Amino acid sequence: MAYLELQNLHRDFGTVKALDGIEIELGEGEFLSLLGPSGCGKTTALRLVAGFDRPDAGAIVVDGKNLTNVAPNKRDMGMVFQAYSLFPNMTARQNVEYGLRIRGKDRADRRKRVSDLLELVGLGHAADRYPHQLSGGMQQRVALARALAIEPRVLLLDEPLSALDAKVRVQLREEIRRIQLDLGITTLYVTHDQEEALSVSDHVAVMYGGRIEQMGSPAEMYSAPATPFVAEFIGTMNRLEGTVVDGGVEHAGTTLRIEAAQERPRGERVLVLVRPETVEVGPANGGSGVNTLVGNVVTQTFLGPVTRLKILGEGVDVIADVPTQKALSLPVGTRVAAVLPAEGARLLVLKEDLPQIPEEPASASR
Amino acid sequence: MAPSAVFWLLLGGLYFFIPLLTTFLFSLKSNQTGKCCTAANYSWVIHNGEFWHTLKISFLLALETIVISLAIFVPTIYWVHLKVPKLRPVLAFLALIPFVVPPIVMVVGLLKFYQGSPNWFYAQPWGFLAGAYVILAFPYMYFSLDAGFRSIDVHTLTEASQSLGARWTTTLFKVILPNIRAAALAGSFLALAIVMGEYTIANLSAFHTFPIFIQYVNETQGFPAGALTLMSFGITWAAMGSLLLVGRKRGTRAAVVAGAR
Repeated sequence: MAYLELQNLHRDFGTVKALDGIEIELGEGEFLSLLGPSGCGKTTALRLVAGFDRPDAGAIVVDGKNLTNVAPNKRDMGMVFQAYSLFPNMTARQNVEYGLRIRGKDRADRRKRVSDLLELVGLGHAADRYPHQLSGGMQQRVALARALAIEPRVLLLDEPLSALDAKVRVQLREEIRRIQLDLGITTLYVTHDQEEALSVSDHVAVMYGGRIEQMGSPAEMYSAPATPFVAEFIGTMNRLEGTVVDGGVEHAGTTLRIEAAQERPRGERVLVLVRPETVEVGPANGGSGVNTLVGNVVTQTFLGPVTRLKILGEGVDVIADVPTQKALSLPVGTRVAAVLPAEGARLLVLKEDLPQIPEEPASASR
Repeated sequence: MAPSAVFWLLLGGLYFFIPLLTTFLFSLKSNQTGKCCTAANYSWVIHNGEFWHTLKISFLLALETIVISLAIFVPTIYWVHLKVPKLRPVLAFLALIPFVVPPIVMVVGLLKFYQGSPNWFYAQPWGFLAGAYVILAFPYMYFSLDAGFRSIDVHTLTEASQSLGARWTTTLFKVILPNIRAAALAGSFLALAIVMGEYTIANLSAFHTFPIFIQYVNETQGFPAGALTLMSFGITWAAMGSLLLVGRKRGTRAAVVAGAR
């Protein structure tokens, strides 16, 4: 049986449907990321679970108990906020101890638990510092220890890394995952950073417009996006519009042999999804082979082991990741042939206009 | 420092200190002979029962005003910041009214309004006068506290505290109050200064407070009045000084840093 259930949650703010029927089931000890652009409803969902807001319809059930109308201070949810949530008048130790004091735990137990938790997050040495004496990363570690101190039913993390710099972010997310696995605590994590979500979660739910577009393991989400939005949001994806013809998909005057197209009716408008790392690029040698699109390299973006090429031609707009060594022989301006894989590509039926993904500011607000 | 800056600083200093100095010299003259120099006037003040009596009344009135103001305004402003931030301009407007309405108009209105109310309220400084002083202190309390609440992230701190199991009263006393302590102190000392020096309302509603005593001495005994003025000035400054000292302690800075998002 699921440990955490969000049952058909609805929440409107005026005319805006912030949540439009969210269904989530999460097993005990699992880590779920709610991923999506700002305004998709992910933070609203988290706040409903925390009890800071009430749903217009639907229920929140944890371990068989319906918590929908329970006050936030009676829910036993540990929450880590975006930033600046430590009590400025208390030291790190007192911050972590706060929830235990409220629960009336005796002094010796409190001290031991607080010390253990501060050690766990690597801040045993900074117990007596005030929040303003701690860096952003350290503050979030204390906030994590504070949330864990009360042995919460569910750990809720609301973009806890968004205010930190890139290096600390990577380090801390790995630590959050390590601690989560250690303690086996059921965790709901809200983020707009797909890399973050994919790297630490058991499950990822991509949200858009108050709904869950797709939920699955990180690998599923990456390799088998179910909607154009998910395809666009998770990782980088070539999206080639075309029409199903005999034996493939007609795109930019070329018939692409795509296995997935064989089951589709002729004349159907579809989107061919191809990951950039599956595109083979070589110099164009006149004749066009199977699944080959010809164009010029217009930009090269160095990404370390691979270099990303943007290839533009007549009706052709393809992104390809090639090994950096190979990219050296394909400088900007080179006429190249991009070969799409017949098997790896996915097809999505094109029903409506594709959603535009809004730009996410560096530090998103609720 | 540039010569012109020194000049203006000196000029400002003189403007401030010359009256104090002359008052001090004046207060040293003998009440009988009019000659310098004697501390008799200070001794007269200290040994005057009325001085201590009215000082006590005004001081207790100030404390009462502060306690009532904090009890009303801290939860109100907290609630407004947390739940109905749209009401902030309304509160700010209300807070300006005591500035705009002259005290004489206010006291006449209040006297009329409360005519016939029970004696324990109407005839006692702890009732009627304290109520009037809470209104008078409202702007100072409001703007100090509002600044304090704006310097912390009320929402996040409250939610963090709630999620850890705290009721809102616990949150208010353990988390919010300590972080707006400096603002609450600032408002309190302003209220103290106002009440210790308020003359119009006390006079018109016929209560015998410290400023009334000063005025009485002023009219009847010139030289001791100088001593009394300086002493009340000293009391006010002692209050300001203690504000500075307490405000500098830890917690204050932390609140400001945490609010700088």
